[in-house]
Amino acid sequence: MTAAVVERTVLTPAQIRRSKVLGIVELALAAFVLIVFAIGNDGIATWRLSQGGVDAPDLRFFAGPFAYVSAFLLALLGARQVTKGFGGKANLVLGIAFLIFIAAFMAWATAQSPAGSFNMTSMLKLTVERSVPIAFGAISGVLCERVAVINIAIEGMLLGGAFMAALAGSVFGNWWGIIAGLLTGGLLAWVLAVLTIRYRVDQIIAGVVINIFVLGLTSFLTVRLFAENPHLNDADIFSAWDIPLLSTIPVLGPVLFSHTLFVYGLFILIAATTFGLFRTRWGLRARAVGEHPKAADTLGVNVFRTRYRNVILGGMVAGFGGAWFVVGLVGRFDENMTNGRGFIGLAAMIFGRWHPVGAMGAALVFGFADAIAGKLGILQTGIPSQFLLMLPALATIVVVAGLVGKSRPPAADGQPYIKE
Amino acid sequence: MSDTTKVEASEPDAPDEPTLLEEISGVGTNWRNAVLVPALAILTALIIGAFIIAVSDVELLRLWGEDPGLAISETWGVVSSAYAALFRGAFGSLRAVSETLTAASPLILAGLAVAIGFRAGLFNIGAQGQMLVGGMSATIIGFAFDIPVIIHLPLALLGAMIGGAVWGGIPGWLRAKTGAHEVITTIMLNLVAVQLIDYMLTTEAIQRAGRDDPISKTVQVSARLPRLLGFLERSDLRVHAGIIVALLAAYAVYWLLFKSTIGYEFRAVGRNPDAAKYGGMNVVLLYVAVMAIAGALAGLGGANQILGIPEYRAAPGFAGSIGFDAIALALLGRSHPLGVVLAGILFGALQAGGQQMQASATTSIPIDIILVVQALVIAFIAAPALIRAIYRVRAEGGTGQLTQGWGS
Repeated sequence: MTAAVVERTVLTPAQIRRSKVLGIVELALAAFVLIVFAIGNDGIATWRLSQGGVDAPDLRFFAGPFAYVSAFLLALLGARQVTKGFGGKANLVLGIAFLIFIAAFMAWATAQSPAGSFNMTSMLKLTVERSVPIAFGAISGVLCERVAVINIAIEGMLLGGAFMAALAGSVFGNWWGIIAGLLTGGLLAWVLAVLTIRYRVDQIIAGVVINIFVLGLTSFLTVRLFAENPHLNDADIFSAWDIPLLSTIPVLGPVLFSHTLFVYGLFILIAATTFGLFRTRWGLRARAVGEHPKAADTLGVNVFRTRYRNVILGGMVAGFGGAWFVVGLVGRFDENMTNGRGFIGLAAMIFGRWHPVGAMGAALVFGFADAIAGKLGILQTGIPSQFLLMLPALATIVVVAGLVGKSRPPAADGQPYIKE
Repeated sequence: MSDTTKVEASEPDAPDEPTLLEEISGVGTNWRNAVLVPALAILTALIIGAFIIAVSDVELLRLWGEDPGLAISETWGVVSSAYAALFRGAFGSLRAVSETLTAASPLILAGLAVAIGFRAGLFNIGAQGQMLVGGMSATIIGFAFDIPVIIHLPLALLGAMIGGAVWGGIPGWLRAKTGAHEVITTIMLNLVAVQLIDYMLTTEAIQRAGRDDPISKTVQVSARLPRLLGFLERSDLRVHAGIIVALLAAYAVYWLLFKSTIGYEFRAVGRNPDAAKYGGMNVVLLYVAVMAIAGALAGLGGANQILGIPEYRAAPGFAGSIGFDAIALALLGRSHPLGVVLAGILFGALQAGGQQMQASATTSIPIDIILVVQALVIAFIAAPALIRAIYRVRAEGGTGQLTQGWGS
């Protein structure tokens, strides 16, 4: 906390440089919008906003002027960032700049598509859905890394959770699928904790071990068990619950309040972890263990127990996210069905600066990339979907390299604690 | 905490105590430990693998309830026939040996890519992406030109090395210049490579004519790695010159690491980057060089899968999980080129044998069990205390860490 205050008052040359780079990025976005989306664009875009029985009027507008306004706003933000800077709000401003850019892109894409119209509400709803596993993975990472245990095994925990959710969900019903997912994630996290905390195995190797182990075992069992017993891999899917009143709000209702319990669970989890980490004694202790375990130990915090507890909790979060793949989405398990979502979750955690809300924001952006990649065929933009799918990874490289903003992990991240 | 940690802690410190990094990656361990721990790790992993095979058999599980005596003999039968098939598929015939070596060559190359990183204190998780980019470069050079074999094959291999070196060099440069942790950047570049390859395979220039699925044109005969047993005129003997490339690369890495000045500098940076910097070494250049060389090796591994194996073309996932197996391999081989070669042949044998185990009508055990065994091997290698606790082998190592947190 004190560190943050100091950061804001005395800027180091590196921070000033970063602030300038940030501004230049925003100016570059402005130039891109101006040149590619605005100049010579006389198309009309129609954003349909009705979805799932909730009516809303269509938005019909000229894409060219929309892009000019967007470029102007971006240029304003960028100019101010370069000259004066936004201080502590620089990240928020960058986020807003990205939103403006995405809006300009969508307007352009809609206007040039054959239909000239696009259902924006359904697109945003899909974005929320696609962000679910990424966000659960990211929160899992936040919980582990706040106590200085690196969790590369998010991918394995998602996959393991999905597998057991399929098995338990098929045999006992979909609620048991969720419970099985939670327990499996927790069990794998316990293994990670034992390996890293007790046996002091390198945390990255331990994570790699779990990922390979889970991939191998679930693929093995899929062939050996599910192929001959398809009834073991046929779970019911949770249906969407419309939240009374809220789900009837135009646009927002379908996007946020007409989902399965996984999305609501995610919202609650974000609030709970944010409150827990930054407003409770548990969170203070956990963060102390992540920043300076020795000091925490001296003050009577049990470093080992805190780490075990947080890592297992983190595993359960990932296991819950894994269950989503089966009882929230398709009802069956397929080999390697998580397909790298855990690593994108890891990226979202870094992007979100080890903060639950930041992680959720990043997960939404990555979820949007995922969702729009599937719609490119309809829009016919000529942009290969693969480029959108690689954006989260590229953006993460840019962030960890500190080219745009600096993402700082907990100070003791990755180091085992040895009690003297 | 546990008994084992207590024992370890109370032991007197050796004068030149190896750190865990050195112990795990094998830098500076003695021969007894370098052989004993891996051997026990493999044995334990195979035993656990047998257990998984046994409990995943629904018929067997039912039998335990009805007739435990029969169940024991049946379980023994299932497990022993599975491992017998594994051994037959790995070494049981000329074809089996050929398959083992075919599988081993990319594994050795990718394993070297991870091992050389470990030696310099870098954790290269990106062998997978480097293989994909290198393999793709080899593919393009392989089908695009129509030139004599004496130029074409070396050119394709060189292209693979350059492609891989670029993909590996970027994380090295980022680490040296900005401190971005190579674990994150290499993981992310793996994801980027997958999408990039997927995209390239659907472009007109690369995609095979008349196909809608992502698949490349076929590599010219002049760019293919020659088959070593081609003179026997049996189409099932697939072993190709890739294994020679792999062995040469292993020797080159050995020479580089232990006989050359730059290798000395690699190891110096791995032991203590600050001291190396203070001693006047160009750490930025060294990090880039290590990762570029690692990428070049992995790129060769990728080229192996294209230029050496019928049908001589690229499709998504042509690198399989080799880039990740390579991590296990480097750890098992103690980051020593000779160890990597031996571990590569072992993993190649598991791969070839696993295929036989899967194909064999009496067992039909899915090959994915091999991944489980490999994961267990790494776990036991990386947790020396764990294997020592099981077998009560005396400790000789201390503590330490292979990698630091992201931020450092």
